[in-house]
Amino acid sequence: MAYVAVRGGQQAIKEAEKLLHYYRLKDGEQPITINQIRTQMRLAVDKAMSEGSLYDPDLAALALKQAEGDAIEASFLLRAFRSTLPRQAYTDAIDTSKMEIVRRISATFKEVPGGQYLGPTRDYTKRLLRMELMEETEAEAKATISEFLENLNLNAEEVESGQVPTFPRVINLLKEEGLIHVPTQGERNTDGSVDDITRDALSFPTSRAVRLQAMTRGETGALLAFAYSSVRGYGDVHPTIGELRVGYVPVYMPHPIYPEETIALGRILVTEAEIVVRQQDENVSGAAQFAVGYGLCFGHNEDKAISMGILDQTMVAENPASPAQDEEFVLYHIDGIESSGFISHFKLPHYVDFQAELQRVRSINRKEENEV
Amino acid sequence: MDNRVSIRNVSKIYGKGCDSCIELTGPEHGRNRCPKCGTIVACADIGFDVYPGEVLGIVGESGSGKSTLVKTLYFDEAPTTGEFYLQDFEEGLSNVYGLSSLQKRYIRNHLMGMVYQNPHLGLRLDYSAGGNIAEKLLMADWNHVGDIRERAKELLTKTEIPIERMDDKPKYFSGGMQQRVQISKALANNPPLLLLDEVTTGLDVSVQASVLDLIRQIGRELGISMIVVSHDFSVIRMLTNRTIVMKNGRIVEQGLTDQIMEDPQHAYTQLLINSLI
Amino acid sequence: MSMYNYGFLDENTKRELRRKTLKAVAIPGYQVPFGSREMPVARGWGTGGLQVTLSLIGLGDVLKVIDQGSDDSVNACNLRDLISETSEVDTTTDTLEATVIQTRHRIPEEKMTDEQILVFQVPTPEILRTVEPSEQESRRMHAERDYSRLWVHLYEDIVEWKEIRISYDYPVLVNGHYICDPSPIPRFDVPKLHQAETLFLFGAGREKRIYAIPPHTDVIPLQFEDYPFNVESYESGCEKCGSTHTYLEESFDSNTGERYLYCSDTSYCGKQQLKGQHQPVEIGVGWNG
Repeated sequence: MAYVAVRGGQQAIKEAEKLLHYYRLKDGEQPITINQIRTQMRLAVDKAMSEGSLYDPDLAALALKQAEGDAIEASFLLRAFRSTLPRQAYTDAIDTSKMEIVRRISATFKEVPGGQYLGPTRDYTKRLLRMELMEETEAEAKATISEFLENLNLNAEEVESGQVPTFPRVINLLKEEGLIHVPTQGERNTDGSVDDITRDALSFPTSRAVRLQAMTRGETGALLAFAYSSVRGYGDVHPTIGELRVGYVPVYMPHPIYPEETIALGRILVTEAEIVVRQQDENVSGAAQFAVGYGLCFGHNEDKAISMGILDQTMVAENPASPAQDEEFVLYHIDGIESSGFISHFKLPHYVDFQAELQRVRSINRKEENEV
Repeated sequence: MDNRVSIRNVSKIYGKGCDSCIELTGPEHGRNRCPKCGTIVACADIGFDVYPGEVLGIVGESGSGKSTLVKTLYFDEAPTTGEFYLQDFEEGLSNVYGLSSLQKRYIRNHLMGMVYQNPHLGLRLDYSAGGNIAEKLLMADWNHVGDIRERAKELLTKTEIPIERMDDKPKYFSGGMQQRVQISKALANNPPLLLLDEVTTGLDVSVQASVLDLIRQIGRELGISMIVVSHDFSVIRMLTNRTIVMKNGRIVEQGLTDQIMEDPQHAYTQLLINSLI
Repeated sequence: MSMYNYGFLDENTKRELRRKTLKAVAIPGYQVPFGSREMPVARGWGTGGLQVTLSLIGLGDVLKVIDQGSDDSVNACNLRDLISETSEVDTTTDTLEATVIQTRHRIPEEKMTDEQILVFQVPTPEILRTVEPSEQESRRMHAERDYSRLWVHLYEDIVEWKEIRISYDYPVLVNGHYICDPSPIPRFDVPKLHQAETLFLFGAGREKRIYAIPPHTDVIPLQFEDYPFNVESYESGCEKCGSTHTYLEESFDSNTGERYLYCSDTSYCGKQQLKGQHQPVEIGVGWNG
């Protein structure tokens, strides 16, 4: 090169990155393992997979490790990785009636076929810090496991492989009675294809498939805030949880050669919420009915699935009167990767723009002085 | 064509419709709602002409379909069927309902003005009064701020708005003043056709009189064709040459305004006139 | 980076980007929606420009990346590293040597040719956002060329402030049809877009839009006959190289606290300094000729 350019910027970012790696490890503790994160930080892993839109618990655990626990940063790492993978095929739609249930509750009826199934929930625990966990030892952890299994009279393998019953859906009880409005327009397009927000930019009005896709990869906190606003007062949705399920579902894809066959890819943990609300859609006429808002996300994340189910029904309003009813408002602002990226971009230099602003403001002030 | 506006066979229905909708609605049944399928027939079989410089009145009670009709004329709503010819657009040879939204926008900006009952619909209350007039002019390719302001002053003077209020926002204006600004805006490009939808409804009586006076004066001075929609026969009597009476979405009577006032034929028209104070 | 595909993105994605870019070139100023991918830099940090660049670049290209006119700005360094590592292209800071330049908020001072492409990073591609928050409504307004509210917005500025207050993101009419956002370049750079020889591509990653200004296209800033468009001007020149015809930034001396003006195009400034020292250096012509 003909002249020497200042390379301070290049140097600065290199050193900053080194410092970042140092900060992650600087206290000299044993590096946390991916296994530990995946198994003992399972809800953080689930959230990263869901918001990162990639079902891979190991990579999600790695992302959390690398991001030092920052949930949005971890999901961002997963999304960026996802961009490098070619899209090979679409799987068949999962069938959640085949779910191996971990937890299943309904708030609509006291008793439902199959029963309420609390599962591993924190809902009814006292939120007291358990000081004994500060010094938890491996021996204590093992003792907790064996004590639990002994009381159940099961061994570890039996817990893993034990037959868990499947349950009929609560919503179907209402459907059979004709109380649930079943949308005539399906989630598929007329040519059988499904909209895909990772291939096409959002355009409005959206299809329901697009709304659900955008929400299922949305940021939990944003979904919570919008859903909360609509039930607290900015909106008129009165949701009841028809059914909330957490469990494993098998995933199949069509066989590339034999169309009548499918290939099993494995199973994924999902949370599914069906939210019963009074029919809101002004275009639906007929007997007084309920509508069902649908929420589904990767992993165990109940706040997210419920919020999604509520918002699925707020956005049917024809003339949005509150933010949660306005699909543009909701869908454009729930993606954590987009919102955090744009908010953080204000840290970038804006010397050129600010100089242009200074020039304008000074010019206006000069004109005003001249007038005086 | 020597008539400025020709309307043929306009109808507007809300709902999925059935074979009996038209047959089972209208003044003889006293309803707009099809008893078979629940469809609302806002108006049907509407046809009329307006001549240059003529002021046509459309009168009827609420639900008669008159406002829906005028909304289709300004393209605020698309009619279900019908044709609409404007002498000033391709010599009245094209049905303007069938044009692209870009062409419709051209017609709205260049060939028509609209004054709504509710100033919210016709004005941007957050822009200055002058800015509201400028909006119409800018869309007709005016590109000189000085000229725009001159024209705005001229229009505001004509509609008796103090010039010093030109750069104020209409949201701080009284109802009567807002209507005057709307009229200024509607007239900005000297449109051959002006549509007025219940423009004095909701104003104080004294204010009503002055706004009506203004409209009458504009009609006289500028030779604009106008369509005046009102539920109030006193407004119609004051402003119009010819009148159409609508009930349940149909025309029940039409003719010279004076004649209709003197000798109403249809029982409904008689009722409307008799209810005049 | 060898575990990743050439140019980071997978080939199908690059093809889609090229198709959308071609469409953008065919309809100057029209914002083409595309399936924007998440990139390994954050949304809002140049992911749109980055995707466009990565879909275009190939062996033999020479890349320059600038941010606010500077090759050495931290984010420019980061983007340049990413592009050059994944696509194995040579990089340069010299505008004349580059075949593809990715930029944030500036157009270089030296005139670019028909052999070069300038890729802009765009934060908010929708120029109507100031007057209309809804995307659905803005798209209708573009389709009908219903730009009255934008024009009234400018009129109201003049009434209240005696001039149009927009400093960057200045609205331009492209090819007599669409009004578009030239990205947050200062007014100073806007005239460079008019009837240029270079292809200008605009990528907005977060908002998922690509648009283009092809060579030899009319690009006219919105203005009034009696309030013509004007650009930034300065009372003195660059403190470092003495230029009086470049876009300057104010800055404070970190020791003395005194205020100085410096060229924002650091590469050009460096060349001018060399020229001042009578060293051999090739400097391109300005955009005015």
